[in-house]
Amino acid sequence: MAADARGHQDRIDAWAIGAILVAGIYCSLWGAANATDSAFAIQMWTALAAFLVGAVLLTGFIGRGGTGNQSTRYENGVVKAGVVASMFWGIAGFLVGVVIAAQLAFPNIFYFEEWGWTNFGRLRPLHTSAVIFAFGGNVLIATSFYVVQRTCRARLAGGLWPWFVFWGYQLFIVMAGTGYLLGITEGREYAEPPWYTDIWLTLVWVAYLLVFLGTIWKRQEKHIYVANWFYLAFIVTVAMLHIVNNMAVPVSFSGWFSYSLFSGVQDALTQWWYGHNAVGFFLTAGFLGIMYYFIPKQADRPVYSYRLSIIHFWALIFLYIWAGPHHLHYTALPQWAQTLGATFSIMLWMPSWGGMINGLMTLSGAWDKLRTDPVLRMLVVSVAFYGMSTFEGPVMSIRAVNSLSHYTDWTIGHVHSGALGWVGFVSFGALYCLVPWLWKRKRLYSNALVEWHFWLSTIGIVLYITSMWVAGIMQGLMWRAYNEFGFLEYAFVETVEAMHPYYIIRALGGTLFLLGAIIMAYNLWRTATSKEPAHTRASDVPAAAVAAE
Amino acid sequence: MADRERDAVSGTETTGHEWDGVKELDTPLPRWWLYIFYACILAAIIYWVLMPAWPIGNGYTKGVLGFSDRNNVAADVSNLRSARAPMYERLAAASTAEIAADPALQEFARAAGESVFGDYCRTCHGAGGAGAPGYPVLADDVWIWGGSLADIEHTLRVGIRSGHPEARNSMMPAFGRDGLLTPQQIGDVTEHVISISAARTRLDPNSAAATRGAIIYQEQCAACHGPSGAGDRTLGAPSLNDDLWLYGGSRTEIRRQIELGRGGVMPAWESRFDAGTLRALAYYVHEMGGGEPDAAPVPATTETIAPEPAQNGQATAPLN
Repeated sequence: MAADARGHQDRIDAWAIGAILVAGIYCSLWGAANATDSAFAIQMWTALAAFLVGAVLLTGFIGRGGTGNQSTRYENGVVKAGVVASMFWGIAGFLVGVVIAAQLAFPNIFYFEEWGWTNFGRLRPLHTSAVIFAFGGNVLIATSFYVVQRTCRARLAGGLWPWFVFWGYQLFIVMAGTGYLLGITEGREYAEPPWYTDIWLTLVWVAYLLVFLGTIWKRQEKHIYVANWFYLAFIVTVAMLHIVNNMAVPVSFSGWFSYSLFSGVQDALTQWWYGHNAVGFFLTAGFLGIMYYFIPKQADRPVYSYRLSIIHFWALIFLYIWAGPHHLHYTALPQWAQTLGATFSIMLWMPSWGGMINGLMTLSGAWDKLRTDPVLRMLVVSVAFYGMSTFEGPVMSIRAVNSLSHYTDWTIGHVHSGALGWVGFVSFGALYCLVPWLWKRKRLYSNALVEWHFWLSTIGIVLYITSMWVAGIMQGLMWRAYNEFGFLEYAFVETVEAMHPYYIIRALGGTLFLLGAIIMAYNLWRTATSKEPAHTRASDVPAAAVAAE
Repeated sequence: MADRERDAVSGTETTGHEWDGVKELDTPLPRWWLYIFYACILAAIIYWVLMPAWPIGNGYTKGVLGFSDRNNVAADVSNLRSARAPMYERLAAASTAEIAADPALQEFARAAGESVFGDYCRTCHGAGGAGAPGYPVLADDVWIWGGSLADIEHTLRVGIRSGHPEARNSMMPAFGRDGLLTPQQIGDVTEHVISISAARTRLDPNSAAATRGAIIYQEQCAACHGPSGAGDRTLGAPSLNDDLWLYGGSRTEIRRQIELGRGGVMPAWESRFDAGTLRALAYYVHEMGGGEPDAAPVPATTETIAPEPAQNGQATAPLN
């Protein structure tokens, strides 16, 4: 009976996903045939190839008899795929980051006139999207799929749909990234992909939301664990942000260019409402979900305070959504909106720190493990960086401070203390946990290599953020220096010259961080391919399996 | 709640829930955390009362301090303009001799000129007017279009090959690219040019080739650069007798310039800057090291070279 129902569900899934693929094939073929510019044609051929491969894979899946009845097993395959994809995109994104850091430090050497696609203007969004959406996004999808199953004691909902989410998301990344290299952009920071790629992501994201909600719906636990609140807030809010910020009118359905639905300062505010909440809900809420599962698991200690988790969760999501205007201080944005952006950022300080307190204090009774467990240390240091950058953020949102820091490299340093220190380290920690768990190994291949990774990356981050603090504050002070007649003391190029040494230090820091990630990939690879006998854990079977026994 | 499990390490009760082995303690909110949170909320409310904050209907709450960025900026800009206006007016009306006799005016002109030069000129002409390949050195005494204060100011005003109706235009033919001379002939001219320049001591020109090149030179080049290569400022033809080369002084680079006849573009600045700023900039460049005395008295700026209003608005002094 159950197997029959499962088979029936498989057929519905396969038909629905098949219909999406056929529609995709039709649209991309039409787009390629009618393309008004060659960049759009290349994008459409890329999409067509991806949809055809998807159709072949789907046919193979049906031929093998579908998923079968697997309610007694967790869906680990898609999580494993997510781990591999995270590591791959992570290294790709860090590498592009090092390249553009080198371009900034040595613009004469790393400028290739004949290869327009290597221009800083195209590689910069490639870097930001690769690290935020390709690396961070895959880590979030993989960990959320892992965590929601364990904490609900239920297999992922939707049968084949989690795989649709995974591969659909990879297609989004490829379409966005190759688009940037071709010169396609909407010119909206962190939302550069063109209209058709945005539509595709919307489809994938709604499927992600439904898979996640479906799994929570059929959970075998009475309560919903705090990590899942954060993941859900992340998924729901990112859907809203993505749709509103990308509302645009394509000039033609056979070309990539589109005009935003908004104009002027309203467009700018919409963009930074999106931009700041991409930080708030993608890079903060989602990764707090990771923290709330992986730190107590790895430390083997209860979460410090349930009450704090409730209060800081609701305070965080209520306050974050207002903070966007602080990106537009001293611009055409009305001053009252700037006031609200700044004050809500200040009020956001303690709610952000609630997560830090819960992460750090969970270690009480297990602090000694920091000496012996580099993975736990990585997770805890990530929380420390989180605390630091969520203090720095509200400080920088104060208008008087912002008048110095805005448009300088201080902002870049701030972003990277959050991105490298918090998002990077918490992701690395989670991946180091997941690989032995998923591939059923007793331990990682080498803890010594984790130590190397930890120290190389930590030194890299410190070099990065300190050099950018110095460069940024110096740059801000030079810009505002006046002589006695009220003329500027320094020309713009003088500030550029002055930053040269710090740009070199930054590139060096980034290189160390990249090196650490390469060591990590090797370590994970050796762990997954180890010849040791399989090591099973209590958390490897869902409730249905226990009931079936 | 006696039945709730107590954590052995902290002595705190758990909530009694467990997910995949993860439990939660029921620790109360840390007091310091809560009080700082309240303080931040209070600070925000106070700030809302003082400053423009909440949108209401068609307006917004103005705040009891009556603070307005827009008004403050407008006032600052207007104060700065009026503070500088007397000096700019004096400068625009002053002759070279008058500037030379007025240290306060000189100091102001130097400060204004340096600031404007830094933001608009330095990118191409380099710090201190040191120049770069294709961008003339301004700190030496070699001038293509003339080095008196009036000449420099005129160049600034109309630009070079800028599209301005009075722009300083010169166009050297691309003898190689356009096939006006054969590669052999260009080689000969190159040797001749080296032989009449101060570069002859370091580049050792081939005398046979230079002799052949001399004939071609007289036919093709002498009209602008002069029979002896002395150049002509009225035509913007550089002197070939010194050892300073706009596009590089190696044999290959000299030959390449004869082949391509390159000429750069400098913007016309009169629609961007007002008369006082132009005079300050000219003074600053003149003072860089190679400024020449006036050939004739500088015409009074306000009468003869008062800037036309730009198509898109009045020319103004930049605020830097």
